[in-house]
Amino acid sequence: MNDVTGIQQRNAGRRNARGRQVQRWGALLGGGALAVIGLTRRSPAGFALAAAGGALAYLGAKNGSDTSKYHARASVILNCSTEEAYNFWRRLEDLPVFMRHLDSVTKINDNQYRWRALGPLGIRVQWDAEIVSDEPNQIIAWRSLPGSELEIEGSVRFQTTVGNRGTLVEAETRYVPPAGALGRAVSKAMGKDPKFLMQQDLRRFKALVETGEIPTTEGQTHGPRSAMTAAARWANPDQPIRRESKTKDVLTAMRRIA
Amino acid sequence: MKAVCWMGTEKMTVENVPDPEILNPRDAIVKVTSTCICGSDLHLYDGYMPTMEQGDIMGHEFMGEVMEVGAGVDRDKLKAGDRVVVPFTIACGRCYFCQRELWSLCDNSNPNYWIAEKMMGYSPSGLFGYTHMMGGYAGGQAQYVRVPFADVGPLKVPEGIPDDKVIFLSDIFPTGYFGAVNCNIQQGDTVAIWGCGPVGQFAIRSAFLLGAERVIAIDRFDYRLKMAQDGGAETINYEEVGDVVQALKDMTGNIGPDSCMDAVGMEAHGTDLLYFVDKAKQTMRVETDRPTVLRQCIQACRKGGTVSVPGVYGGFDDKIPLGAFMNKALTMKTGQTHMMRFMKPLLDHIERGDIDPTFVISHRVPIQQAPEMYKVFRDKQDHCTKVVLDPWADGAKAA
Repeated sequence: MNDVTGIQQRNAGRRNARGRQVQRWGALLGGGALAVIGLTRRSPAGFALAAAGGALAYLGAKNGSDTSKYHARASVILNCSTEEAYNFWRRLEDLPVFMRHLDSVTKINDNQYRWRALGPLGIRVQWDAEIVSDEPNQIIAWRSLPGSELEIEGSVRFQTTVGNRGTLVEAETRYVPPAGALGRAVSKAMGKDPKFLMQQDLRRFKALVETGEIPTTEGQTHGPRSAMTAAARWANPDQPIRRESKTKDVLTAMRRIA
Repeated sequence: MKAVCWMGTEKMTVENVPDPEILNPRDAIVKVTSTCICGSDLHLYDGYMPTMEQGDIMGHEFMGEVMEVGAGVDRDKLKAGDRVVVPFTIACGRCYFCQRELWSLCDNSNPNYWIAEKMMGYSPSGLFGYTHMMGGYAGGQAQYVRVPFADVGPLKVPEGIPDDKVIFLSDIFPTGYFGAVNCNIQQGDTVAIWGCGPVGQFAIRSAFLLGAERVIAIDRFDYRLKMAQDGGAETINYEEVGDVVQALKDMTGNIGPDSCMDAVGMEAHGTDLLYFVDKAKQTMRVETDRPTVLRQCIQACRKGGTVSVPGVYGGFDDKIPLGAFMNKALTMKTGQTHMMRFMKPLLDHIERGDIDPTFVISHRVPIQQAPEMYKVFRDKQDHCTKVVLDPWADGAKAA
């Protein structure tokens, strides 16, 4: 038993080391590229970009040693009861329907779930978390188990609001970014700022609970797009890391709730 | 299918594109039988609205037949075969705003709400074919269109009443009416309306329906002023009178109109120096709008009166006379039209024969001619007031 745990830890250690190498080179190359693009612009904005790129490459060279916790927080008001909102969220397996960075959440036992996510630069992250607080219609909180690949904790609170406006949902998460401060900087540079992503998640949650679907134009018909437009679309900070949920997933989730 | 695509400033083309598909449970696919070019489409044509992308399908005034509905649409509300007019604002029907009939402020229908939030703080509803900031939905100047939240917006219309009579329920008739409602008209009031385009024309007639005694319409094209007179309005040709504010004073015993309506918006034409300054700034993209008319509305309005703004503005405007606005204790009411409040009552007006909206139509053409008609409409050539497109016609039909 001890042996097995030891092997797992060694393997995890090797995985992490390999991950750090990848991140380091990613930052060096990405930062260097940004610096070059910036310098070729010959404008103040270009020089700023070059400086940012340089800083990124420098951080990469330093191996992204910043391991400070990241904190994101967002809120939204839903036109529904706290009970409906809580029930929807409590079925953690359905979170990926509106949380686009999540690949899947699977139940290990009543209290523990395995989360799989896509981090910045498409890095896959996985962690097991246990529910540390669960009060119906009020709060759900979870924390990663010791030894997880990602150290993360999160909570979501549900409260009735003043003026009969429904339910205030406040979500919060703290974690050590998968690629340290570097990962955060890169994802922010690409528009995928965790706070923004979280706000987007909550808006999708709101739309799903209120309307039964998540509004989209992804996949709709259009005329010929130019290369410029395609590039602009790629740079769109709202561009999900993962593909949009399919209608089928949404309908299945809604049926489970109903 | 054929669709009118925005390919750049002053560049519209009719392209063959894939047919739309159901993407969400509450979607419907509508086969378009009639669609129009709206005055607000001209802002896109002229390239003044930010966040258009090459290849976007145009159009937010359309009606047709429901071909297919998604699994989430209640068949009692809408089913294949229904004949519908589709409002240009998209609303979910279940959010805080929809439930208070503030349909054009729907909280859920704009997937790109965050772009709008950057510009406006909070986002209004999604719109068909009207920039990515407003959702980026493909529009209805096409043979088929995807309609989201189809169980909320589309108004069923009975067979036997021709398209021409009800197509304008998709935007301009309710928009003119909403402009008049926003004038806060009391029995016996005088209302001044800038802009005698289609929305202005419906606003004139709506103002009378709502109890105005006098309507003064302002434009510079005689054929449009003539149409305003046919609707019962007195008229001012501002190119002839020079100073509109003084002309309105003279016509109202020096007290001013009780309500002033800006049915023109961001691309106003003017004759004063500020107009040319705005025009230059707009061309250089340091100002999004030319608020000539809004300035005049505020100046001309009587003390304690109401300014109503159905005209579309896009961004940030300079030299709005806030001093006059504040010191004269004016009220301003505006917004995209809360369509579903007005569509059914106005359909009733049409069915009763109180109004025949077909009077605004000046051109009926097949969809292939849409690109040239944008130019004709923009330049007011050929006495153009309203262009109706037939997505299925092979040849031109006389108007």
